[in-house]
Amino acid sequence: MPVTGTGRISRIVRWVDYRLPFVAQLEHELNEYPTPRNLNYWWNFGSLAGIMLVIMIVSGIVLAMHYTPESTMAFDSVERIMRDVNYGWLLRYIHMNGASMFFVLVYIHIFRGLYYGSYKYPRELLWMLGVVILLLMMATAFMGYVLPWGQMSYWGATVITNLFSAIPIFGQKIVTLLWGGFTVANPTLNRFFSLHYLLPFVIVAVVMLHLVALHQHGSNNPLGIDHKGPQDSIPFHPYYTIKDLFGLTVFLLIFSVVVFFYPNFLGDPQNYIPANPLQTPPDIVPEWYFLPFYAILRSMTFNVMGIPSKLVGVILMFSSILLLFVLPWLDTSRVRSATFRPIYKKIYWLLVADVLFLGYVGAHPPAGAIVVYGQLATFYYFFHFLILIPLIGKIERPRPLPTSIGAAVLGPGAAEAAGGE
Amino acid sequence: MVNRFFTLIAAGILALAPGLGGPARADQCTDEMPLPHQQWSFEGPLGTYDEATLQHGFQVYKEVCAVCHALKHVAFRDLTEIGYSEDQVKGIAAQFAPGPPGGPPVQVTDAQPNDQGQMVQRSARPSDPFVPPFPNDQAARAANNGALPPDMSLLVKAREGGPDYVYGIATGFKDAPASCKLGSNMYWNDYFPGHQIAMPPPLTTDGQVTYADGTKPTIKQMAADVTTFLAWASEPNLNERHRMGAKVILFLLVAAGLFYAAKRRIWAKIH
Repeated sequence: MPVTGTGRISRIVRWVDYRLPFVAQLEHELNEYPTPRNLNYWWNFGSLAGIMLVIMIVSGIVLAMHYTPESTMAFDSVERIMRDVNYGWLLRYIHMNGASMFFVLVYIHIFRGLYYGSYKYPRELLWMLGVVILLLMMATAFMGYVLPWGQMSYWGATVITNLFSAIPIFGQKIVTLLWGGFTVANPTLNRFFSLHYLLPFVIVAVVMLHLVALHQHGSNNPLGIDHKGPQDSIPFHPYYTIKDLFGLTVFLLIFSVVVFFYPNFLGDPQNYIPANPLQTPPDIVPEWYFLPFYAILRSMTFNVMGIPSKLVGVILMFSSILLLFVLPWLDTSRVRSATFRPIYKKIYWLLVADVLFLGYVGAHPPAGAIVVYGQLATFYYFFHFLILIPLIGKIERPRPLPTSIGAAVLGPGAAEAAGGE
Repeated sequence: MVNRFFTLIAAGILALAPGLGGPARADQCTDEMPLPHQQWSFEGPLGTYDEATLQHGFQVYKEVCAVCHALKHVAFRDLTEIGYSEDQVKGIAAQFAPGPPGGPPVQVTDAQPNDQGQMVQRSARPSDPFVPPFPNDQAARAANNGALPPDMSLLVKAREGGPDYVYGIATGFKDAPASCKLGSNMYWNDYFPGHQIAMPPPLTTDGQVTYADGTKPTIKQMAADVTTFLAWASEPNLNERHRMGAKVILFLLVAAGLFYAAKRRIWAKIH
């Protein structure tokens, strides 16, 4: 809908829109973009993740003004931020806990997609772009964790970059390239800082594509059925702007409790000890958001058909995420929402439990029963995606789907009456 | 890291899985002892440091710990935050004498040469960080049978257990159990990982320092005081953070209430 006012501002807006349709586009997305009327609070997490990305970029840019990416000064410069920079402690605690919060939001967002079948036709590319964002976030978070140059930064970087040495023939060359030398040292810190500054902007670009793909077919919804007419949808503004705003405030409350009262709860005390290449910490553990993948990596304690266990572990770890790219084609069920899929709903919750259990395994030294539990949980993870998902789609009898969103939400009669709303 | 987040969530699953965890056999020479929890004025969302305790703790640091342990991320000027006046801080800096007791006040070399090109030696100023007792790690090791006394600026944040751990070490010195053999120049400490620590007991007698306000300096009192001081050294902005946090939470609670009401009202039209 074009801007129709006669005031000076309206004239300026029209002048600009004629050349660059910015306001018109915004108007289109907010007022004309039809949004399913039945989205629940699990649909808040996408916009929350977007806002978190902005918070991370803004706090990160200011931190970078005070941080020194040099191996003998990095740790001290972070302490200087904490002690002498005005509100430096606040910025750093926001940024460091923000990374954790970002993963909480994104993991919930992903599991929402899994539950309601948001990855299925016609949203396959939307889903795949999301997986790209997840991979970029992981790389960014990993390199960011290295920057304070504490013990866990240094040894985490050593362990994770060493994974690439498992690649046949080129492995050692790749590791040398990552390190910029023959060990994790100043050149490693320099390139990680540079990439840690770059990748968030790549994420922004992929988020844009994610949004374009989203707006092509609109949001999925808890019923998982297509939009069939005007009774099924409402304008994004004001209905979802206010709902998102309320959700944002609740999220900020939780975030603030962590930042102001428990800022080091999710961190590792070892990282307040400066990096020491001569002293390995008793336990090298990644941040909590990598623990399930770390458990999968460590689950391989034996060679498979002559392939060394380390390489198999690395392949399994990367496949556990890459699998998500092909999920839309692994799933043979046409029904999106788990609400109407009695068997899928059960294995969905088993998968959630399995991933949490993998996280628990990843946090503990791989000894005794932990090794076996890690192997079982890893096996189940792949069993879920590669066997159960294709199989259940074929044998399950879904419950009958409602005729339309409006009919399901408002009752069959009311749907007609609300049609013009 | 004991990942508390996952430990909490997995606790239920753990209960169903037999045989997880639990050491196979006890060995009193190496097994960890559970760290007793102390009451700290600065714990919890509204905790604050107590100024008198901080000053007592600073005195213990200055007279006992500073013999071996540096505090390089803290500057003398920071002491104004724990209740010393600027003049007092000037005096503290000029008189500061780390290293063995009875030594002369420390001399600091200016970072830049003077206009004659000479490096100037002077007494410490409020803007200087706490002067370390040893010029470098090698000198520190040479003076301590090869062991390196860690910098204390972040000690409380850098150890699992935080203040309880630091207090535990300060008060945990005992005679080694008869069945355990100590290495040479090692001491038995209940709470040190592996129990053998290279640090001799720092707090040995009640009354080792004299508090000006008449507080009785028992070993436990001195240990608690210096732990509080070191907690402040690792997290000097805790008071401000807690104060600001309370305001932010209050603001967000009100905002959440308003937005929720607005949401109800807007959505009422289409329900």
